[in-house]
Amino acid sequence: MDDFYRELIVDRYKNPQNKGELENSNFSYEDENPLCGDHIRIDLITNDQNIITDAKFSGHGCAISQASADLLLEIVIGKPLEEVKSISKETILELLGIELGPVRLKCALLSLKVLKAGIYGVGDLDHELKEI
Amino acid sequence: MLYDLEKIRADFPILNREIRKGYSLAYLDSTATAQKPQQVINAMNEYYQFHNANIHRGVHTLAEEATAMYEDARDKIGRFIQAKYAREIIFTRNTTESINLVAKSWGRKFLKPGDLIILTEMEHHSNLVPWQMLADENSLRLEFVSVNEDGVLALEVYKKLLDLNPKLVAFSHMSNVLGTINPAKEMIIDAHKVGAIVLVDGAQSVPHFAVDVQDLDADFYAFSAHKMVGPTGFGVLYGKEAILDATPPFIGGGDMIKKVELHSFKPNDLPHKFEAGTPAIAEAIGTAAAVDYLQAIGMENIARHEHELVHYAFNKLSSVENLKIFGKNNNRGGVISFEMANVHPHDVAQILDSVGVAVRAGHHCAMPLHEKFGIAATTRASFYLYNTTSEIDRLVEGLEIVNDIFS
Repeated sequence: MDDFYRELIVDRYKNPQNKGELENSNFSYEDENPLCGDHIRIDLITNDQNIITDAKFSGHGCAISQASADLLLEIVIGKPLEEVKSISKETILELLGIELGPVRLKCALLSLKVLKAGIYGVGDLDHELKEI
Repeated sequence: MLYDLEKIRADFPILNREIRKGYSLAYLDSTATAQKPQQVINAMNEYYQFHNANIHRGVHTLAEEATAMYEDARDKIGRFIQAKYAREIIFTRNTTESINLVAKSWGRKFLKPGDLIILTEMEHHSNLVPWQMLADENSLRLEFVSVNEDGVLALEVYKKLLDLNPKLVAFSHMSNVLGTINPAKEMIIDAHKVGAIVLVDGAQSVPHFAVDVQDLDADFYAFSAHKMVGPTGFGVLYGKEAILDATPPFIGGGDMIKKVELHSFKPNDLPHKFEAGTPAIAEAIGTAAAVDYLQAIGMENIARHEHELVHYAFNKLSSVENLKIFGKNNNRGGVISFEMANVHPHDVAQILDSVGVAVRAGHHCAMPLHEKFGIAATTRASFYLYNTTSEIDRLVEGLEIVNDIFS
């Protein structure tokens, strides 16, 4: 058994810190991975300076997709929206601390895709999300 | 006859592969695609090495040999499912294309606005989407036979739907998720009483038990080679001669024509009318080799072996904690789909893969069926002629690891 399901991932999957919904969110966006039916919605609240003051995710999916969503939201709270735009695939992989094949990479990156789509707006989705 | 499992396994080179360090392959995903025996691989290689030529044209030796091999394959495959004539066997790319052929050619011509098609809730997407597309195009109605809690079709619902005078009934002989084997013969008799044409999706049945299309009295019967130890990219549509004769061609091009003028063409006779362009010749020959292989073992023996395996697996899996089998019916083909409480199927499959056990995770191209049971996705283990009870033990051990990690 490799350390794919390291304690951090299973723990975050079972006891997420940032799961839930925000009623007064300025941004709310959701998407799914049709391959496995993973579904993630992210709600954000920002202040006047466009700094994220609160973030929650909801939905269902595998341990990788749920844990990465939970870890991602932890690092974006307190950050300006502009800075979130520069979060990369590598950041997510560092947070998870594991190597992933192409199929599971999609699970890991679903939350980042949702978050960026929410911030950029759907119109710019294709252009801006190519690098994810 | 003694079922020589070791000898069978020795025919499949891939089964010797070490998938993860120290773990040989336990392949429990034959419902997605079956592994191929050396005999099938050799037959295709031999064609390319010694007989490769285009068929139905050219008079040189190779062209004649290739044509004879291709048409012999049709005879053999036709006899395998007990078709009356070889010309009732149409070669396609897969089950999906076979069903699309019927929808786009027969359906477009014979189904009129307001006509009813009866399907079932257990269909996989290939026996669902082509009819949805045709229904949109020709303003048809679709009705569905429901699946009950045990994972079997509600036949009383089916009988009521038949009273609405459907023009077509289309259903799977065996479910790729539940493993349920539907009472095809009885369903066809009932459908014919109200004058409906019947298409049977045989993707999961032809590989696993003996099918006799004449005894079933099916009007159309579709299946794929790759699930029956044959090559990918090759499928079959059986149709009764009179129905195929009345059906317009599907894809236009070479080989499907008798005569072509600038503004018109005259279609070829059966079966060539439905086979435009250079076909998958090596794959046809490989499929014939797959038929030889399965018949040498005997479909009854294969079915019995799978029945023993699924029974063994059903009992073993029933004792795994946090595990719920999809559909209670134990009288099924070699397929068991299940869910583990609070663990996503992708995580289950990933952990199983780490100990060399290959299963499928997802909705298995049957999203509506999962929706009905309120599950996004399941893990599926499926069994075929080469599987062993010790592979099922490895599955169960892998599931214990899942429980250890997640509980």
